[in-house]
Amino acid sequence: MNWKFLLPTAIFAAIAVAFAVGLTLDSQRLPSALIDKPAPQFDLPPIAAIDGGESYGGGFSSGDLEGRVSLVNVFASWCVPCRVEHPQLMSLSRDHGVSIFGINQKDKPEDVMAWLARHGDPYRAIGADVTGRTSIDWGVYGVPETFVVDAKGRIRYRHVGPIMERDLTGTILPLIAELGS
Amino acid sequence: MIAELGHFALILAFVLALVQGSLPLAGAHRQGQGRDDDGWIALAGPAALGQFVFVILAFAALTVLFVQADFSVMVVTANANSKLPLIYKISAVWGHHEGSMVLWVAILALFGLCVALFGSNLPATFRARVLGIQGLISAGFLFFILLTSNPFARLFPAPADGRDLNPLLQDPGLAFHPPFLYVGYVGFSMAFSFAIAALMEGRVDAAWARWVRPWTLAAWCFLTLGIAMGSWWAYYELGWGGFWFWDPVENASLIPWLVGTALLHSAIVVEKRDALKSWTVLLAILAFSFSLIGTFLVRSGVLTSVHAFATDPARGVFILVLLVIVIGGSLVLYALRAPSLTGGGLFSPVSREGTLLLNNLLMTAAAGTVLLGTLYPLFLDAVGGPKVSVGPPFFNATFLPLMAPMVVVMAVGPFLSWKRGDLSGAFSRLYAALGLALVVALAAWYFHRGGPVLALVALAAAAWLLFATLAELADRLRLFRAPWRECLERARSLPRAAYGMTLAHAGLALVIAGATGASLWREEHIQSSLPGDAMEVGGYEVTLEGVRQVEGPNYSADQGQFTVRREGRQVMVLKPEKRVYPVAAMPTTEAAIHTTGRGDLYVVLGDAAEDDSGAWVTRLFFTPLVVWMWIGSLVMVAGGLLSLSDRRLRVGAPRRRKKAAV
Repeated sequence: MNWKFLLPTAIFAAIAVAFAVGLTLDSQRLPSALIDKPAPQFDLPPIAAIDGGESYGGGFSSGDLEGRVSLVNVFASWCVPCRVEHPQLMSLSRDHGVSIFGINQKDKPEDVMAWLARHGDPYRAIGADVTGRTSIDWGVYGVPETFVVDAKGRIRYRHVGPIMERDLTGTILPLIAELGS
Repeated sequence: MIAELGHFALILAFVLALVQGSLPLAGAHRQGQGRDDDGWIALAGPAALGQFVFVILAFAALTVLFVQADFSVMVVTANANSKLPLIYKISAVWGHHEGSMVLWVAILALFGLCVALFGSNLPATFRARVLGIQGLISAGFLFFILLTSNPFARLFPAPADGRDLNPLLQDPGLAFHPPFLYVGYVGFSMAFSFAIAALMEGRVDAAWARWVRPWTLAAWCFLTLGIAMGSWWAYYELGWGGFWFWDPVENASLIPWLVGTALLHSAIVVEKRDALKSWTVLLAILAFSFSLIGTFLVRSGVLTSVHAFATDPARGVFILVLLVIVIGGSLVLYALRAPSLTGGGLFSPVSREGTLLLNNLLMTAAAGTVLLGTLYPLFLDAVGGPKVSVGPPFFNATFLPLMAPMVVVMAVGPFLSWKRGDLSGAFSRLYAALGLALVVALAAWYFHRGGPVLALVALAAAAWLLFATLAELADRLRLFRAPWRECLERARSLPRAAYGMTLAHAGLALVIAGATGASLWREEHIQSSLPGDAMEVGGYEVTLEGVRQVEGPNYSADQGQFTVRREGRQVMVLKPEKRVYPVAAMPTTEAAIHTTGRGDLYVVLGDAAEDDSGAWVTRLFFTPLVVWMWIGSLVMVAGGLLSLSDRRLRVGAPRRRKKAAV
């Protein structure tokens, strides 16, 4: 047995192990520089009124995050994955009593109102981020993104992409329980 | 009904692949032990034919579903729309994970069929082994499709319309990029199967090299074309004016190309000189292994990339297991058997073999570098390190220095004789090429005085390679030294493979020149323009005349009208578009390009100003010489095809001498 002929096998073995470990990691996981830092300061207006009706969502500002563990969800009616995660958000607010705040990014009032009417409204309050400026302050790459904020108003966790059932049971609910106790 | 038939055909193809992958191999093994077993061996051909028929049926079924826009099928809903033009309904068949895997297997089955039909010059046991290994690979992938990626899954209730094909893929250049790339990737499976069969038999000789070379050459031609098409698409569709981004998936196609190119060259040494055997077998295994790894990288989502359009951990695990079995198994077999492959031909470092080996090493080192850069973020992530991305600076700093000596050696190598070459003699015939290269560098410096020095060096290298390649051809024909009648006679008798080499090497020189101009001399102007504004770029005067709304079949667009003038005369009107595809809710830019041999004028329409001033963001590029990259790629492919048509390969290798009875 000539050892140098084993070299390709050994290199491939190392690559395969890296692949195996890589598969268990979530490539969607993007660390946030804001983890354990206070949430940014902002004051978002409610979703603007259309045709003489009333505005919707009540607005959302940084002060709302004090005093309880909450979820901040960046969403838009034009975003397809948002529809995917919507049932999970509904279940969080309805079945688990989690307070969810919505940042509605770059949306038209009529679109988002129709969207919420159709799919349900899980939000305690919604702020309209028409320019996308507040989303930038939160370090949002794309929609949807969700943050878990503790009672002192510090960002504790960031989730990129839609929240799936397994994210709910695996990460988000345990974290909320831990922060709440 | 059609979906179920397609699904059923895939299952039958899987069963036939299992037959093809087991009985012929067992039969060949028994034959090797001296027992007569023609029956099992003879199964290989019919099984390959049957497998091909059923895979093609499945592929045809999927195509019909897309053309009929049957939205009760999940992949059709996810990737098509009733308004999608017919050509993109067809290209949508492979524009997503499930369908692209079916295409992959279909091409694999096609290659298997080719061996069954045209492999009559191969010894029966050898052919059975090759087909058996092909059958095993095919079975693995069909199993993967059936278990994790069924393209025929139904959706109930069926939606009224589909979500449309990703607008970026709605482009003629990209419609046919995946099939070419896949023919290249999968074509290397032939070299792989030949290598494994040779390891099983414990024999690698000149005849083996002659069998492997045409398959590898064909795969290489398609891969070259596929990569060039992908690069061309990125150039005109993404609207950045760049042509190569060192994206993980681009790299995944470049690595097999580099290894495959090395394989093409080392197979020559095996054929002519009976040397570099175990190295060539290793390259044959690696070329396909990297194609598989490329598939894994795209399909598993293990690396984040713009191309990773299907990510599902279950699929990733499955492909990884498949990789470990196929690559790991073949490398272990290599470790066991390769030491016994002893070569006969000795050669000095300065010889044709020596330069081929050196280029082989540089090619594989380049492939290794690209692999390292591509996987480094993954390695770092796996050991808990920070998230990083490896960008163009790394690749430019490592890949290019490896390519530079390669170009130098590439020019000299063909002048050296086999076994022991005469270096000073070779250089004495290269003075003219060297002189012309310097002239080109000086001319480039004269016209582009502000440009980077690297551009001059790279252009000189391209010129050196081009002129040295032409000088080699002239030398063979004794051009300017013998009477023209003799030259003509020599030109007629020169094998096509020699012309093939000349073309392929000259093509690479053109690619280098094009890439240099397009990356180092690129001019870029971004501005806010009002209708009537004129801009200067690359010697053109470009005027924005206005922007109007146009409607396409499944999109609406803002179309800019730009008048292009050169020295006061109107050359043409360019109409770049900014499209919005409402169903997919995605905008795309359609650059307008005016191509000349000197360079491309590239115009992109950006966003309208938010205040109502009527201004538009416009981006104008001038990318010098870029067209030579595409022409050079085509010339390389033409060289490959010409070489493929060489009499030596068409007629086939002489039969292997009967192994002396042991």
